[in-house]
Amino acid sequence: MSAVRTRGGHGLAPLLFVLIALAILSAELWAGPYYLKLLSRAMILALAALALDLVVGVAGLVSLGHAAFLGVGAYTVGILAEHGITSGWIQWPIALFASAAFALVIGALSLRTRGVHFIMITLAFAQMLYYAANSLSRYGGDDGLTIWNRSEFATFFSLADRSTFAWTCFVILLLSYLLLARVVASRFGRVLRGAKDNERRMEALGYPVARFRLVAFTLSGTLAGLAGVLLANLTEFVAPAYMSWHRSGELLAMVVLGGLGSLYGAIIGAFFFVLVEEALARITTHWALVFGPFLILLVLLGRGGLVGLLENLGRR
Amino acid sequence: MRSALALVAGTALFLGAAQAQELRVGFMATFTGPGANLGQHLRDGFLLGVDHLGGRLGGLETKLFIVDDQLKPDVARQEVDKLLEKEKVHFVVGVVFSNILLAIYKPVIESGAFLISANAGPSQIAGAQCSERFFSTSWQNDQTHSALGKYAQDKGFKRVFLLAPNYQAGRDGLTGFKRYFKGTVVDEVYTQLGAVDFSAEIAKIQAAKPDAVYAFMPGGPGIALVKQYAQAGLTRQIPLLSAFTVDDTSLPALGAAAEGLISASQWAADFDNPANQRFVADFRKKYGYVPSYFAAQAYDAAQFIDAGVKGVNGKLDDKAALRDSLRRAQFPSVKGKWKLNTNHIPINDFYYVTPGKLPDGTPAMVKGELVFADYGDEYAKDCPMRW
Amino acid sequence: MKSEYRATALDPALLVVQLLNGVQLGLLLFLVASGLTLVFGILDVINLAHGVVFMVGAYVAASTFLHSGSLLLAAAAAPIAAALLGLVLDRLVLRFLYERSHLDQVLATFGVVLFVDEAVRTLFGPAALPFPLPASLEWSLPLPGGTSYPAWRLVIIAGGLVLAAGLFGILHRTRAGMLVRAAANDARMLEMLGVDVRRLFLLVLGAGSALAGFAGALAGPIMAVQPGMGDNVLILAFVVIVTGGMGSVQGALLGALLVGLVDTLGRAFLTDLVRTLLPPAAANEVGPALASMAIYLLMAIVLLIRPQGLLSVRRAAR
Repeated sequence: MSAVRTRGGHGLAPLLFVLIALAILSAELWAGPYYLKLLSRAMILALAALALDLVVGVAGLVSLGHAAFLGVGAYTVGILAEHGITSGWIQWPIALFASAAFALVIGALSLRTRGVHFIMITLAFAQMLYYAANSLSRYGGDDGLTIWNRSEFATFFSLADRSTFAWTCFVILLLSYLLLARVVASRFGRVLRGAKDNERRMEALGYPVARFRLVAFTLSGTLAGLAGVLLANLTEFVAPAYMSWHRSGELLAMVVLGGLGSLYGAIIGAFFFVLVEEALARITTHWALVFGPFLILLVLLGRGGLVGLLENLGRR
Repeated sequence: MRSALALVAGTALFLGAAQAQELRVGFMATFTGPGANLGQHLRDGFLLGVDHLGGRLGGLETKLFIVDDQLKPDVARQEVDKLLEKEKVHFVVGVVFSNILLAIYKPVIESGAFLISANAGPSQIAGAQCSERFFSTSWQNDQTHSALGKYAQDKGFKRVFLLAPNYQAGRDGLTGFKRYFKGTVVDEVYTQLGAVDFSAEIAKIQAAKPDAVYAFMPGGPGIALVKQYAQAGLTRQIPLLSAFTVDDTSLPALGAAAEGLISASQWAADFDNPANQRFVADFRKKYGYVPSYFAAQAYDAAQFIDAGVKGVNGKLDDKAALRDSLRRAQFPSVKGKWKLNTNHIPINDFYYVTPGKLPDGTPAMVKGELVFADYGDEYAKDCPMRW
Repeated sequence: MKSEYRATALDPALLVVQLLNGVQLGLLLFLVASGLTLVFGILDVINLAHGVVFMVGAYVAASTFLHSGSLLLAAAAAPIAAALLGLVLDRLVLRFLYERSHLDQVLATFGVVLFVDEAVRTLFGPAALPFPLPASLEWSLPLPGGTSYPAWRLVIIAGGLVLAAGLFGILHRTRAGMLVRAAANDARMLEMLGVDVRRLFLLVLGAGSALAGFAGALAGPIMAVQPGMGDNVLILAFVVIVTGGMGSVQGALLGALLVGLVDTLGRAFLTDLVRTLLPPAAANEVGPALASMAIYLLMAIVLLIRPQGLLSVRRAAR
């Protein structure tokens, strides 16, 4: 799907966030706590997809290893909690730092390659982390680790309350979106987009493309790590399965589903993915028979993803 | 935090009371991906159990919600939240894999519901993290391994080669084996998750020339291992003892390659108690294949819930009374006896089992000598519950 | 309990067997990887559905063998069915992806994987299919040092070598092969020269799928024939072609042998090696983890030194 051209504005984003807020409100008032959790999970995956869109959609670097950063963020929370450190003020910064560090190192090495090779080398690093997590027997290995206490923010607020948790996810998603939208609109973002179309020209113009890309990759990995922190707190559990290549593939599918490069498209894609999965799984365990062809059709017919579809409808 | 949870649990309780004459049961297992075969056995066994009780567990109208965990912990968590908070179930039953059970353990026991494992039995839950809201109708993971360790010891094997996948259950499994095996461990090899080629490991076995090999290799890799072991001509030279590798779920695919291989189980299709004969006959009639211990444990789970709910005359709201009733529950288990340990995990008799034939000639795992009588798991002593 | 971990690394007989094992795994991977790399090199398509073609090959071989009892018939049916599946997939999905981005190709063919895996599960059930060997192949060749080599593994080695030789023969000695190699460099130029590139594409896809289907038939008796069995093999095949250089058949062979050897030798000797450095308990954790990562480490290192893989194809800009 060709990337959706961002014309500087936020497109459907304001409407999207209003809709999500309304959904949370209606879940609080009528639909019940389960839907609050479903929405929280969708927002968390949306955050990860949003982060991935910066790398894939904006910078044109297809990473098939972003689940690894999700895992690093989640494991940091899990491991610290296992050692009795439950304060979010300590956990969260360490988790962000850890995922940033992993993203910096993996990015610095991976960005030496291009195209298909970049896809495969990011996959390779994610697989290595996956196997490493599997052999962490001190922290449950393959069985995973139960988090008996969610991150605590002293007297400020409690993540155990579903509403608070959902609104926390909402605020973090909104702030992350605004941050990335700002980044994309800046000179930094223009260079990333320019280098996606023509790397040599941007270099000839004197921009340190490689360094810009590394910064973008690290920022993206850090935000994916933040999604991992939230996921660990939502499920009260971490396991190597969080960083399997299937999850990386799903994140990529969400970004493309929504529409590449528009940022809010990734959010739409994530919501769509979670809701369709939920609806299909309810009807039949053979849901892949429907979802597979659907994915194919969407790629073949829906250039520009759901955002492209919506914008075309709007123009009519 | 606790108060918020209690509030939600309280709401669930209140809503539960409004519809007291209905029993709501959530059944979770793996129905997609490589573990789907095991999920099918588990579900079919449970459904037959419900069927035999006329669709009414504990004499109550029973509503069943079947969900797929997809072998993904976060999906399992979402599905269990749905069962607890939307469907407001009284029981969550099933679960093939330990990592899924651990992922849903906290939310279920902190809600108003009871968690009944029909298969997975990780050590944490058997030991220090045991709960009065958790019961099992299977075993603790290590027990089968320990039974095989004892078998190897009793048979006088001196040098044994150990093989397991490189994950926690693999390490726990080999630890369980070594608990009762006192001979020499020639080598301890951990293979990659999902590995399908065992040529390197088989060559190591041939070079080490042990008296026996002990393998824990569930699922597809186990089938691959047994086939490759037979092709290397080792089946007749070096006895292969295994847990969760050669069983009634893999036997149809293994065929002759599994001949003479030894495993251990607390149940086999040829147990001759009346409950089991009825179970096996009806299961084969209804589903057209031979049940495995997965199906047997899930069948028992339905009987267990039935007995527990009957013991409180269908009053589901008094959780303490229901817990006591479940502890005291007696029913005709297909294992021939039913006894719970203090940690709510059954105390089982373990037999060695080997591929054989049922009376009508159908291949199935059949029971051999008794290896362990009244075997309770080693972690129960770490569980603070006393009753 | 005592432990006597022997240092097996020094036993030359065992080393020979393990080298053979590595070569055998490598040849099996090559059969899958060669089709993948050709389709990438010529059609410029990343085809994740190649793994399900492998699986369908194994299923067709297993069912044919169970019903007919003839291994030869099974070995013939598998590549034919696989080639047909490849061509059907091309008609339905792949041909719309030729000009699309790699990302689109990955997603659409991922959709194919989801569908075919689930369709096989629905048709054949989730349990593994039996695929026994005939008694005539149930023997193994005794080797010095107490080890032996199973007959079927020799069949895999022989089959892999014959097909690899045939493939190189066709590529380098026939007109069709010359066109295929030319198309790998610049398909558009070939089209301008009046070559029917569409037909060439179909040929490549059919042949590549047939190879994968045959690999499935070879792997059937040693693996569990069950839904999703192609997924792990697909990942390995990708590691192979990326390491070897995408689009290059020589690269695929080199990569396959390297991956097969590194994986097998890693599993055979790494833990023993680590035991000389660390206490046994720690070595039992570090060794297997390293062995699992070994091929990914290999790929990462190769890509860091040669970002295009070991033997890359020089290609015209598209």
